[in-house]
Amino acid sequence: MEKFIVTIFGIGLIAGIYWFFFGKKDKITEVHGSIMITVEGGYKPKTIKVAKDKVTTLIFLRKDTNSCLEDLIIPDFKIKKFLPMHTPVTITLSPTKPGKFNFHCGMNMFHGTIEVV
Amino acid sequence: MTKVSFPIVGMHCASCARLIEKKLNKTPGVATAAVNYGSEQATVNYDSSVSTLGDLGSIVSSLGYKAVIATESGKTSDDIKEEIKKKELLNLKRKVTGSAVLTILILLGSLNHMLGSLIHALPSWLSYLELPPAALLILTIPVLFWAGREFYLATWSGLKNRAASMDTLIAIGTTAAFGYSAALTLFPAQMETLGFPMTMYYDVAAVVVTLILLGRFFEAKAKSHTNDAIKKLLHLQAKTARVLRLRSSRPELAEGPPSTMGEMIEVDIPINEVVVGDHIRVRPGEKIPVDGTITEGTSSIDESMVTGESIPVDKKSGDRVIGSTINKTGSFVFRATSVGSQTMLARIVKMVAEAQSSRAPIQRLADTVSSYFVPVVLMLAVATFVGWYVFGGFAAAFTNMIAVLIIACPCAMGLATPTAIMVGTGRGAGMGVLIKDAESLEIANKIKAAVFDKTGTLTQGKPVVTDVVPPTILPIAAALEKGSEHSLADAILTKAQGMSLANVTNFKAIPGQGISGTIARKQYVFGKPKKSYPQLEEQGKTVMELSTGNTTLGYIAVADTLKPEAKEMVSTLTKNHIHVWMITGDNERTAAAIAKQAGIENILAGVLPDQKAEKIQELKVHSSSFIAKQNEKSSSVNHEPSTVNRIVAFIGDGINDAPALAAADVGIAIGTGTDVAIESAGITLLNKDLRSVVSAIKLSRATLRVIKQNLFWAFGYNIILIPVAMGILYPMFGVLLNPALAAFAMAASSISVVTNSLRLKRVKIN
Repeated sequence: MEKFIVTIFGIGLIAGIYWFFFGKKDKITEVHGSIMITVEGGYKPKTIKVAKDKVTTLIFLRKDTNSCLEDLIIPDFKIKKFLPMHTPVTITLSPTKPGKFNFHCGMNMFHGTIEVV
Repeated sequence: MTKVSFPIVGMHCASCARLIEKKLNKTPGVATAAVNYGSEQATVNYDSSVSTLGDLGSIVSSLGYKAVIATESGKTSDDIKEEIKKKELLNLKRKVTGSAVLTILILLGSLNHMLGSLIHALPSWLSYLELPPAALLILTIPVLFWAGREFYLATWSGLKNRAASMDTLIAIGTTAAFGYSAALTLFPAQMETLGFPMTMYYDVAAVVVTLILLGRFFEAKAKSHTNDAIKKLLHLQAKTARVLRLRSSRPELAEGPPSTMGEMIEVDIPINEVVVGDHIRVRPGEKIPVDGTITEGTSSIDESMVTGESIPVDKKSGDRVIGSTINKTGSFVFRATSVGSQTMLARIVKMVAEAQSSRAPIQRLADTVSSYFVPVVLMLAVATFVGWYVFGGFAAAFTNMIAVLIIACPCAMGLATPTAIMVGTGRGAGMGVLIKDAESLEIANKIKAAVFDKTGTLTQGKPVVTDVVPPTILPIAAALEKGSEHSLADAILTKAQGMSLANVTNFKAIPGQGISGTIARKQYVFGKPKKSYPQLEEQGKTVMELSTGNTTLGYIAVADTLKPEAKEMVSTLTKNHIHVWMITGDNERTAAAIAKQAGIENILAGVLPDQKAEKIQELKVHSSSFIAKQNEKSSSVNHEPSTVNRIVAFIGDGINDAPALAAADVGIAIGTGTDVAIESAGITLLNKDLRSVVSAIKLSRATLRVIKQNLFWAFGYNIILIPVAMGILYPMFGVLLNPALAAFAMAASSISVVTNSLRLKRVKIN
């Protein structure tokens, strides 16, 4: 009986972990001109929509001591920035082609997406 | 009035912002000040003659906050990063030392419980070190919540965002070990009644935190060296410049040499105050501060630090000099043409930094895996617990679950490619090989055909006189060429240097024929020969005849000579299974002569500049024999395009070659720093030495080898050790993984990836 309960509980926990990490729907934030992205346990907002051929300013503000988040990398735009704690870091993009472009932390554990339309 | 913006650190609420704003507005000289709590930024309009930026910083500090003023002491963001990193490393060292001491005490205090009856095999005094559970609990608290605080903070902020990282795994693993042990310590009777085994895991929690912190310390130390190349380049920069100024005031920025501008004095000024047009004096042994053109004097300049060219280059008036290179012998004055972010060094640094931030296609798999990795490991840990609980028991289930959480190492996967790219591109910059992005570096490893432009790339690009028959005709030909704009005129005038040249009257250029003119009442024609010179023409030489009336006086042969290292380079590439091609607008005969000297068998002759890109495209999809036949114009041969695209590199000097550089899979611009070439080329070679092409390919191969080793290690490590930690070997071999060993393996795996990438600094390339 005890083993049965542990098994059921374990299966439930696995399903819960799956739902918690993979079941969330990312809210897409449309950016007109500029946006502040808070770096705290990931990127908030995580998915942003920007216009093609327009200059967009992203201001990253790191509030998390996790050293993984100290580097911000946007590979498709060849951008790598060090984010000092509590210091806004401004990045200007002028995307010329549409698509989804990822950005992530130094060790590629936290991710965000720039959707160019 | 000066407007300045700076970040403010330490604000907790909007009222902090109002407080700072109020205080700044009351500061003498400040017209307006606004502090934004959301962006944590202050914007101040102030009179710099009344208050300085430093004063504003002090006002903010006096209120208990910190203004991050980068320009305060001339610090760049790199300096700030370096400072922060140093502090972090020091802090990490303190934590590692503290937690190591406590962990040793915890381990010794737990020996009895860890070893059971085996303790009798050890010296008897060790058993006296045994500590009661309450003492172990007290010793473990600082290890976890002081030394390991960052793990918990990171986990918490991640979970709030429904995201997980490496820290999540460590925090959950150690919290489980600590929490269970604490429950046994605080409520022993109740736990025993509930049937929980009385095994403590304080040692596991403490060892895991200490070992992982130790790993992070070594990893941080190693990582700080991955970017040495950029630091080295930045240190090349001179700090001051000796600028010539008019004695009375700053000179008007003039085009001419300073000697024509009145009485001058030399003033040492900081490099960031140099403006385009300044005249700067450089003495022997000094660094050239910025890019420019020599206006007075000659010298020999060591450009190795920027171009990788080991032999000093002789420069004279009119020649370009590169900032940060070293003046060896002469003293000269030059006019600044690029300063600040426009100098070649600044552009190199920018390009290297950009390349280091780009993504190599090989990284895609690691990217995908790492986005699912941590949650999947959490699920596997739960499955391990359930499996072992059902078929083993609580103790084994609990230990193995912790081992799974601790052994999983997503860091190694995340670091595998970027660290190698960083070290690889940095190493390239040190050799004068500038790589535009990680993709170019990756593709260069697969080059199957290398197409070289002839003029200026395989050859010196400057025709020289090779034969003068008879020698007496040279001064006459040179006198005639004085007025000519023909590209070969330079070669003849150079050959005739030092000779006294007669005056020419009635000079005329005859299109397609040559030039004519009268010297001492005698009419001469110099140009296209009336007869052919097969022997000279087969050697790729251009022949010009000098005649007067119907009498031919002699001929002069001119040729563009092959670079001395070309043959060696071609043979090295061939040995490395790369087909070498030569592309040129010259006729077949001239092209064949140069190709023969270089040892090149494949020639694309008679190709107009705008057709080069098209030919490169053809080479990518057709077989070599097809192209060769096409070139011979035997269209009867019908070869289908090969199904596999082969990787083709085009190597040109960047002048008029931009379309071909862009059309190739890898465009390699050689001996140039022009924007167009850098933009179109994947790889830019700053020196003109053809052996750099081989170096670039070898660098690419070495970097890719390291990336593959890293990825193999990082994936292999997780694929093999996670199942081992789950206990997959137990049924057959009785092998289980101790969580402490798992922590050691985890720490070692990230360090080994970074160390392997650093190996690229020493790998033999040349």
